[in-house]
Amino acid sequence: MNGTLGAADMRLLEEDIAAALASPRTPRPVRKTRRLGLGEPVRFGALLGPVLLLLFWTVGSAAGLIDSRVLPSPWATVATAIDLTRDGRLGDNVAISALRAGEGFAWGVLFGVLVALASGLSRIGGYVFDGLVQIKRSIPVLALIPLLILWFGIGEFMKVTVIAISVFIPIYIQVHTALRGIDLKYLELAETLGLSRWTFIRRVVLPGALPGLMTGLRFGVMSAWLALVVVEQLNATSGIGYMINLARTYAQSDVILVGLVVYALLGLGSDAAVRLAEARVLRWRRSFAQ
Amino acid sequence: MSADTVVRVRGLTRRFTLRGVLNGVDLDIRRGEFVALLGRSGSGKSTLLRALANIDHEAKGGGELIAPSRLSVVFQDARLLPWMRVLDNVVLGLDGADARARGQRALEEVELGGRALSWPYELSGGEQQRVALARSLVREPELLLADEPFGALDALTRIRMHALLRRLSAIHRPAVLLVTHDVDEAIVLADRVVVLEDGKLAADLEVPRDASGKVPLVDRERLTTRLLALLGVTEGFEDPLPLPPRAFPRPPVPAEQG
Repeated sequence: MNGTLGAADMRLLEEDIAAALASPRTPRPVRKTRRLGLGEPVRFGALLGPVLLLLFWTVGSAAGLIDSRVLPSPWATVATAIDLTRDGRLGDNVAISALRAGEGFAWGVLFGVLVALASGLSRIGGYVFDGLVQIKRSIPVLALIPLLILWFGIGEFMKVTVIAISVFIPIYIQVHTALRGIDLKYLELAETLGLSRWTFIRRVVLPGALPGLMTGLRFGVMSAWLALVVVEQLNATSGIGYMINLARTYAQSDVILVGLVVYALLGLGSDAAVRLAEARVLRWRRSFAQ
Repeated sequence: MSADTVVRVRGLTRRFTLRGVLNGVDLDIRRGEFVALLGRSGSGKSTLLRALANIDHEAKGGGELIAPSRLSVVFQDARLLPWMRVLDNVVLGLDGADARARGQRALEEVELGGRALSWPYELSGGEQQRVALARSLVREPELLLADEPFGALDALTRIRMHALLRRLSAIHRPAVLLVTHDVDEAIVLADRVVVLEDGKLAADLEVPRDASGKVPLVDRERLTTRLLALLGVTEGFEDPLPLPPRAFPRPPVPAEQG
């Protein structure tokens, strides 16, 4: 073949075009969902599991299949919750538990951020603090409780300290990693723009570490509730944990159940609060803006 | 070194742990001159640019290098800080009471005056690169370094960016070193094209322009062929009209029964 089109080639080309035009074209129906996908999502579909469980619980209790000493019926639980709220016990205990968790959380966040800044923004700070925190990290916070009781007794101070330490760890880890993991290309940019060290830290490093802080906060909130549950089992004289322990002594499974539901609501509520704060603080991110 | 010279490079070498990348580069750039730096991938184009920008701390090497301290870099990615609004990105690191006003003017020069308060993610790729250009030019650099700044843009946006860059560099008159692997881009934009090959400058060619600033078609074609040959591309010049590929595969013809 040299570069020109001969008559034979032209004829073959015409044949091709004719064949393409002659091939059958049946109209294809328009599909809305992917053929191999999972199908259309349904709004509030994720509630199906919980609703089924509630249904099972209700029907089982009404039919007498579930022993009320093992698991009280839904309506008995609701009635107990109303009683506990009316006589003020529930409100008082929730307030005390929330205060405890909040106080420990605040101290944990404060120290976590400060130490992470000291260790993330300077070499010497990193050498001093990071090794210590990594060692501390390998000891579960709850294993420290006996020692903390020896040091601080069993009062509020010990309880808040345990919560604060368990919040400190995830905050420190996430913020420190974010500070040290600042993208090298932003460092290059800052150098070519002639930024001072302080401007670089204030305008580039700190805002860049905010997503890390928000992740740390979400882990921290979960740790705070977990630590709260544990310390409230230890000789507490107030709080939801105390209420649950007392109920166990008197075999009031309905009160225990109310306490557990309150724990769940507190956990869900604070997680939602952190997510909301995250969406506000990180609104420059595409994923949050949409 | 004459007073007119902004960049002076003599015998510049740079090497990374295993391979040498620059083996003695000599290059002068005069005030206000637009130089395009061509080279195959791996030829050391970016290494030379990073050496001039003084951000090549990981490389070892020697040689003489004089570059102005007032220089700006436009990277291939726009490299806007995502947590800052557009205007804040442009004026980052500028002092002075009029910094924001200057930044706003720079945004208007790149036709984005109305997007000052947008977040970077709200802009298209071409718009982000225009913001990066405004950020560079607002500093009134003596030397503008551009590392394949249009490499990630689509063909149409690229043409418009070429016109914008030519217009703005004619106004601000910085010396420009544009790293690219696009021969057409180099000819359209530059006063001079240099080619880097095996860590040395292999060619240094003036781009002829007529009174209106256009490159005459004949010169353009000759320059393109020459530069492509220097870059090792010789295909596509011998065969004036290759046969088109067959549009559809032909079914085999059954042998006739006789």
